Amino acid sequence: MKPGSSLFIDFEMKFKYEIEGGNFSKAGNASSAVKKILKQLNVPPSIIKKLVVALYEGEVNVVAHAWNGCIRVDIETDRIFVSIEDEGPGIPDIAQAMQEGFSTASQAVREMGFGAGMGLPNMKKNADVLDIRSDVGKGTVVEITTFLKKQE
Amino acid sequence: MVVEDIVKALKLNVFGGNEGLLREVTGGYVSDLLSDVMGNALEGDIWATLQTHKNVMAVASLKDVAAVILVKGLKPDEDMLAQANEEGIPVLGSDLETFELAGRLYALINKE
Repeated sequence: MKPGSSLFIDFEMKFKYEIEGGNFSKAGNASSAVKKILKQLNVPPSIIKKLVVALYEGEVNVVAHAWNGCIRVDIETDRIFVSIEDEGPGIPDIAQAMQEGFSTASQAVREMGFGAGMGLPNMKKNADVLDIRSDVGKGTVVEITTFLKKQE
Repeated sequence: MVVEDIVKALKLNVFGGNEGLLREVTGGYVSDLLSDVMGNALEGDIWATLQTHKNVMAVASLKDVAAVILVKGLKPDEDMLAQANEEGIPVLGSDLETFELAGRLYALINKE
């Protein structure tokens, strides 16, 4: 890192947040908490902005589709690793779910301005690495990696 | 230009989040799809929408938009307003339809 650059993480931190399926009044609380922590740690704003988009979309997906879930955030020296794990219906066809505009959201959820089929594409655009695994009828694990230093 | 300048120029209602009236406005965004705003709005944008629920404030705060404008005389839900006051992000209102409001906002912000 260049001298004088603001990033100053020489330790590892882990956080965990629970997400309630169906409870839109709390959607975004975990993302907001993570954003505050990253700001306090002087993570560059450009990295926070990207991660927050991916994280919020992941959080809303759990609220909109799953029964419950949790977000784990590992802040490491060279990367931020987020795992969003839920118990829920799972995703039968992940490639289809990744397509812009594809959505299985309910009418009620769409009327709120969610469920336009932009969530997963937004996550892909804003994560350095996005990994999704799903077991139909059991749940889904979404992993987002954001590198803190440019990869060689 | 700050939020308050736009409030005065367009005669907007201020529903809440007054603490943020001096936030700097650098652009605008118009959308009712929250993921679209998440993906494309920029920090400092003033965001016009017809959505009046609390999740609007979650998105507004995560994206650091300057303020939210509700169109067509719509009013914020109680929990949206509470969140706006807590975050200090102004929630404004206009009786104009989105098309007309967006036109006036564009003219105003681009005059700078």
